[in-house]
Amino acid sequence: MRQKALPYLLLAPATLFLCVFFLYPFLLVAWESITRNGVVTLDNFRTMGGHWKFPLTFWNTLALAGVVVPVQLALALAMASIVSNMNRGRSAVLYIFAIPLGISDLAAGLIWLAIFEQSGFLNSWLSMLGVTERPIMFLGYQSTLSLFAAVAIAEIWRATAIMMVILVAGMGLIPKEYGEAAEVFGAGPWKRFTRVTLPLLRPSLQTALILRVILAFEVFAVVAALAGNNFPVLMGETYHWQFALRDRGVAAAFAMVILGISIAFTVMLLYLLRVPREARI
Amino acid sequence: MSAVAGEPMASARPDARGAGRLLFAATVLILVVWVLLPIWLLLVNALSSPAEVTSFPKRIWPSFDMGSLSFFYNFGGVGRALWNSVLVAGLTMILSIGVGAPAGYALSRFDFPGKETFRFLVLMTRAFPLPLLALPLAVMFIRTGLDDTVLGLALVHTTLALPFAVLITFSLFSGIPVELEEAAWTLGCTRAQAFGKVVLPLALPGIAASAVFAFTISWNEVFAAAVLTIENRTLTAFLLQNISTSPLHLRFAGGAALVVPALIFIFAVRKYLFAMWGIANR
Amino acid sequence: MAEIQIKQVAKRFGSFTALHSIDLTIADREFMVLLGASGCGKTTLLRIIAGLETAGEGEVWIGGRRVDRLPPRQRGIAMVFQNYAVFPHLTVFENIAFGLRMKKMPQAEVERRVKRTAELMHIEQLLQRYSGQLSGGQRQRVAVARALAMEPDVILMDEPLSNLDALLRLEMRAELKGVLAESKTTAVYVTHDQVEAMSLADRIAVMHQGRIVQAAAPVEVYRNPAARFVGSFIGNPPMNFIPARRDGDGRWTVAGLTLSGPKIDRGEIEFAIRPEDVEPGETGLPATVRVVEPLGAHTLVTCDVNGGLFRAVLDSSAEVRVGDDLKLAPKTDRIRWFDPETTQAL
Repeated sequence: MRQKALPYLLLAPATLFLCVFFLYPFLLVAWESITRNGVVTLDNFRTMGGHWKFPLTFWNTLALAGVVVPVQLALALAMASIVSNMNRGRSAVLYIFAIPLGISDLAAGLIWLAIFEQSGFLNSWLSMLGVTERPIMFLGYQSTLSLFAAVAIAEIWRATAIMMVILVAGMGLIPKEYGEAAEVFGAGPWKRFTRVTLPLLRPSLQTALILRVILAFEVFAVVAALAGNNFPVLMGETYHWQFALRDRGVAAAFAMVILGISIAFTVMLLYLLRVPREARI
Repeated sequence: MSAVAGEPMASARPDARGAGRLLFAATVLILVVWVLLPIWLLLVNALSSPAEVTSFPKRIWPSFDMGSLSFFYNFGGVGRALWNSVLVAGLTMILSIGVGAPAGYALSRFDFPGKETFRFLVLMTRAFPLPLLALPLAVMFIRTGLDDTVLGLALVHTTLALPFAVLITFSLFSGIPVELEEAAWTLGCTRAQAFGKVVLPLALPGIAASAVFAFTISWNEVFAAAVLTIENRTLTAFLLQNISTSPLHLRFAGGAALVVPALIFIFAVRKYLFAMWGIANR
Repeated sequence: MAEIQIKQVAKRFGSFTALHSIDLTIADREFMVLLGASGCGKTTLLRIIAGLETAGEGEVWIGGRRVDRLPPRQRGIAMVFQNYAVFPHLTVFENIAFGLRMKKMPQAEVERRVKRTAELMHIEQLLQRYSGQLSGGQRQRVAVARALAMEPDVILMDEPLSNLDALLRLEMRAELKGVLAESKTTAVYVTHDQVEAMSLADRIAVMHQGRIVQAAAPVEVYRNPAARFVGSFIGNPPMNFIPARRDGDGRWTVAGLTLSGPKIDRGEIEFAIRPEDVEPGETGLPATVRVVEPLGAHTLVTCDVNGGLFRAVLDSSAEVRVGDDLKLAPKTDRIRWFDPETTQAL
């Protein structure tokens, strides 16, 4: 029953697909970023880096990720723990917590637009509660801090489910006996969480963080929906240079920057959260 | 714990436990509201008249005025955009399963040189911000005439969905014992017959769920759609390109059009949802 | 004619040799049991006969046809798997009928055969159920019925009883023996349980580390083990082994007792006797009692003989206490001798 060729035949379409539509374009982007008019040059990077908006764009993206990801990690852990400790209503709550997974980032941006925009729900409630007299412009050009906060909150709302789902699956793998043994030996719930659950969750934490960090650097539509051009981020600028300014070289340079920080953080997380094989479940 | 007369701890416990349970329930409730309320608010806006959308202060209950929605639907190009989204997502679904499922099966059943390389390739696609690939593909598509076509965008979206399809079908097939296929072989089946009569019926629900998942990924995708489509825009591209110029009620109605189908999709595959995502991301 | 011939079959997995050049002939309608510990190669050999693995070298012949290049469905075999492999998405009826439908048998014949084998396995009332609604034992019966319905030339069974609880295993063993004797099919049965092997087999092939150490009828394997491994593996409690030193031509000293044995030119060989083949008496092996286990039907006594562990099975009426010094006389016709280097019988 063993035809040597069969696995390769089955794998061929997928391999071909990934080579044509992933490897090849990847190489093209890299090439585009270091050429201009056919000449190999770093001009694209210079243009990108020298542009007045660049430092702001770069730090906006990193700062957003830096604030959002840790908060999401804590929130995802909390949600995963809650779900793991539920009996009745568990699947309903799990479904609800996972709903944001199915929501486009553009739609998520629009959802929070309804809340944050000038005539939106947040202002409505603030004025109904008597906290403010006039609606606050959260998303205005002037108010960078509230803009940042609005985008951060929208991102936290949208993307926590991605990490939660990985952590729930990871927690499901941890045999109950470990927690029970810890309890018998005197560990309370918090200690059990930090000393037993978290360490055993490391592989899942690693996967969840890497995935989330990479996605965080790609943040695009949420920012576009809430802030437009008032909060530049790397992906948004990539789009701008490609589409509006029609400069593919610089857009490719931006793409390489995003790729660069993604790889850098992935490697860092792989190292920091590595678990030797013997120590796995 | 047997009841021991005069045990002092027993009386303190119920109070602490009760308070703990209350706190737990409250936390769950807060989190549920945190997730559901914003979606509700968007739907409120979508189901209000255009005037109400910009009015202040807002009411928390919609007036069920179809004004915004009808404006949205009749806005030039929306119908086409919706249809394009459906086409692209449908094509993505078929392509990603058609290409990914055989690969998932091969990975789960066979050991062969190159297996780890392929898995690495699939994993690598996760490390890369895939939407960026739309940039060079835009050029490639212009040259091959796929630019601004439903097929072109579907191919990009399939690249996005393919790693998921492979990993999900891999874990799906791995969960079906190979003994079942072997039994079928001893009972007169060829390899293909055994797959069709034994494996497929058992894997079908999971494959269907991952197909819906691929559909949702495509339906929701923004960047590549915005870069690659101009005349044949999908809904996401349409909304993005009009984001700063269109009136508020249009945006909210559009958002609702994006959200509601996705809610239905996720509900339909909820049983497989976290198993798929959780497993696929390991 | 469903004789099975295995000619010089060998199998390697990477650097690990699972089977070293196996030669075995299984007669038509013979019940052959492949017995051994995990990793000895018995399941690999079975799967090679089935066609689920391909041998690196050698030939497999079934019923006068060379089959080692053929897929399972063309070999005239039916198989019962260790975990039953009952199709979860089909009813019991459809499971049993599966192979028959693949042969495009007419519906009337299908129904006749399914009913007959279901009655044979006492599951006729379960025909409309699904596997998820069945117990392990019931699923196992479905698996056997499914194989029998094919009326195959050869039926192969891979540890079919090992996942059942002890009592069920006992019942099923007896049932299987009856059912298979009636079906007049050649059977190859893999197990690690020597009691099963002894009870079911016409012949047992004892396997160890990829080789067949002995292939003979159960009584023969029990009484005349061809190698030390066979002696120690078969029989519960296991055979006792004591080093024996030469004390003249054909005379050997075992724990101080002098016995006549093989006439060979060796300094040391091994003396072996089964626990039930010793009797306490005036003369014999000097034994100090350490543990007494009255098991009802007989008494198991663990002793110290010559510094080593020695087990004896005594009549339940024997009055033995811990610390007693006994003389255990071995029955002379049951003594076995082994070469300590080659481990073969002498």
